[in-house]
Amino acid sequence: MFSYYLQLGLRSLRRNPILTALMVLGIALGIAASMTTLTVLHLMGSDPIPWKSSKLLHVQLDNWDINQPYGDDGSPPDQVSYRDATALMQAGKADKQTAIFKLALPIQPENPEVKPFLTVGRVAYGDFFSMFEPRFKYGQGWGKAEDDAHARVVVLSRETNEKLFGGADSTGKTVRIDGNDYRVSGVLDDWTLRVKYYDLTNGSLDDTEAFFIPFTTGIDLKQRSSGNNSCFKESGPGWDAYLASECVWMQVWVQLDSPARKAEYKSFLDSYVNEQKKLGRFARPLDNRLLDVNQWMADQKVVSGDVKVQAGLGFAFLLVCLVNTIGLLLAKFTRKAGEVGLRRALGASRRQVFAQFLVESGVVGLSGGFIGLLLTGLGLYAVRALYTDYKTVAHLDWSMVATTILLAITAAVLAGLYPTWRACQVAPAAQLKTQ
Amino acid sequence: MLKMQHLSKVYRTHMVETHALRDFSIHVRDGEFVAVTGPSGSGKTTFLNIAGLLEEFTSGEFWLDGVDVRGLGDDARSKLRNEKIGFIFQGFNLIPDLNLFDNVDVPLRYRGFNAAERKKRIEESLSRVGLSSRMKHYPSELSGGQQQRVAIARALAGSPRLLMADEPTGNLDSLMARGVMELLEEINRQGTTIIMVTHDPELAARAQRNVHVMDGQVTDFDAEPSLRVKTRDADVETAAA
Repeated sequence: MFSYYLQLGLRSLRRNPILTALMVLGIALGIAASMTTLTVLHLMGSDPIPWKSSKLLHVQLDNWDINQPYGDDGSPPDQVSYRDATALMQAGKADKQTAIFKLALPIQPENPEVKPFLTVGRVAYGDFFSMFEPRFKYGQGWGKAEDDAHARVVVLSRETNEKLFGGADSTGKTVRIDGNDYRVSGVLDDWTLRVKYYDLTNGSLDDTEAFFIPFTTGIDLKQRSSGNNSCFKESGPGWDAYLASECVWMQVWVQLDSPARKAEYKSFLDSYVNEQKKLGRFARPLDNRLLDVNQWMADQKVVSGDVKVQAGLGFAFLLVCLVNTIGLLLAKFTRKAGEVGLRRALGASRRQVFAQFLVESGVVGLSGGFIGLLLTGLGLYAVRALYTDYKTVAHLDWSMVATTILLAITAAVLAGLYPTWRACQVAPAAQLKTQ
Repeated sequence: MLKMQHLSKVYRTHMVETHALRDFSIHVRDGEFVAVTGPSGSGKTTFLNIAGLLEEFTSGEFWLDGVDVRGLGDDARSKLRNEKIGFIFQGFNLIPDLNLFDNVDVPLRYRGFNAAERKKRIEESLSRVGLSSRMKHYPSELSGGQQQRVAIARALAGSPRLLMADEPTGNLDSLMARGVMELLEEINRQGTTIIMVTHDPELAARAQRNVHVMDGQVTDFDAEPSLRVKTRDADVETAAA
C-alpha cells in the first residue's frame, strides 16, 4: 500500500500546485535555516580524529603567578613555557610527544619568476606527523635523529609544493625559508581540518600550515612564535632570557596509548612540577592537566555560545515554518473530507486513511528536504563568503545531507499529524451525502 | 443477508436527544432487491449508513451475512464493508482526478488484490457497465448516467454480496435513470442483493419488496417478496399509469 499512498500523495500535490509550492517552500526555508546553522555547529563540535582522539592529550602546567591565576576560573595557562616543553620532550616519558608553535616566515623560491611570499608554518618534533596523521603525497616526515641533529629539513603542504615546484615530487630538493635552506623530506597531501585542534589558542579555524620544520632547528634559528605569547612578569633582555622565562608560547601534545599510560604520565607531570617547586618555580597549587582532543575542544569552547544561539534561532524559524505548514495541510486535508468519506465507504480503515495522509505529508517533507538541501548549500556558501573564519566548517557532509532529508520528512510528518488526525475524524456518512 | 432486530440510533448533543431509528427491525434475504422508502428525515439514510457499516448504532442487534456486527472495531468493520458491500450514491462520488480505471481500483486496493487481479476485475466490471473503452477517461468527461455506471462498476468490482444504493438515479434525467435501473435489475438477477433507498415510488415499485420507514420505524413492508418478483412488470406499469 505504501507505493499506492505515494502515488496518491504525488497526485494530490500536483492537484494544487500553488498550495503545494507554499508548503514545500515553507519546509525548505525552515530546513535551510536550521541546517545551515546546525552544520556549522556539528562540524565545529565533531571529533576531528575519532580513531585516536582519546589517546592524544594536551598538556597544561600551572607555572603562573601565585597572586593571579591565568584563567578567570583559576585554570592553568593553555600553553607552556620553552623550559617546560623542552624538559618534557627530553624526558620522553610519553609514547609519542611533540612541542609545537606557530611561526610566520617568508619563503624565497629559487624560481625568480615566483616572488617571495609570507607563509604561516609550524615547528614541531618528528612525532607530530605520526600523532596527528596528515597523509603524505611524497616522502615522509623527519625522525628523532633529525630532531636531535637540529636538521634543516622541511615538510611542505601540497599548496606550497604546488607553488614552488609545480606539484612535482620535491623530496630532496632545497627550499629557502627566511634566508635558511631546508631539504624537503616530505610533501603533505591535502590536509584540511575543520577545526585545527592541535592549536586552538592561535586560530582554531585557520588553515593548516604551509610548512613544518624541526622544533630544535627553529629554536637554533631563534624563531619566535607568531602566535600568542603570555608572560606574567618580564622575561629579561635577550633570546636566552626569553627561553628561560615563565612566558608561555608553545603547545605540548603527547600520545598515550592506554589509560594506565595516561595515569603514569600524569604522575610523571606531578613529579616534574614538584621538583620544579623545589627550585622556586610553580608557586601555585599543583594543577597539571591532561585533556584529550574532545575535552580540550570543549575546554576551549570551540563551539561558541553564538553558534549555539544561531542554531537555536534556525530551529525556531523551522518551527514557525512548520506551524505554517500545519495550517496549509489542515486546509488541504479539510478540502479532501469528501474523498476521505468515500475511501472509508469503499473499505479504507481509519488507520489506512491516516497512513495515506501521513505519506502525503512525508512527500511534502521530502520535496521540501531536497529544496532545503539546495538552500542549505547556498546558505553555507553565504556563510563562507561572509565569514572567512568559517570556511572550513561551512560544508555539507554526507551525514548532514542525510540529516537534512530525514529532518525535513520528520518535520513534515509531525506537521501532518494533526491535520491527518482531523481528516480521519471525518464521518463518512455525512460526507457521502453532501458530495 | 442482512438482519436488524430492535435496532435504535440516537444522536445526542448536550441539549437534545434525537431518535433517528427506534425499534427498527428488518430482514433482507440473499438475492432480494429491496426498496426502502419514506419521506425526508424518516431515517432511511440512517438505516442505509448503519447497514453499510458507515455508522454505529445505539442498541439492538445487527447481523450482516451471518456476522454479528456489534462491537466490531474499525479495522474489522472496514474489512467487512470492503468485502461484502458495494455502495452507489446519488452524487456518484467519483474521485475527479482519477481516471475511470483508477476510480474502480480504489476498493480493490484496500482488498489487497495483486495488480493482475485488480486489472482483470476493473476491466470486467467496466465492461459490464459498457464503459470498457473509456477506462482512461476522467469523470468530468462523462455524462451523469455514465458516471453512475462507473460508480456501479466500482461497487461491483470487489464482487460484493450486497449493493447499497442511495437514491441512485436522483441526479439523472429519466432516460439515464431508466438505464441505471435496468443495470441494477440485471445485477440483482445475477444474484447480488440490493437495498435501494429512494423516495421515488416509481423506482420503488420496480424492487421486489418495499420497506416503508416513518419516524425511524418500519411502518409497512411486503411480507411475500416472491409474489412481487412475479408481478414486478405489472407493478411498474400500474405505477407509471
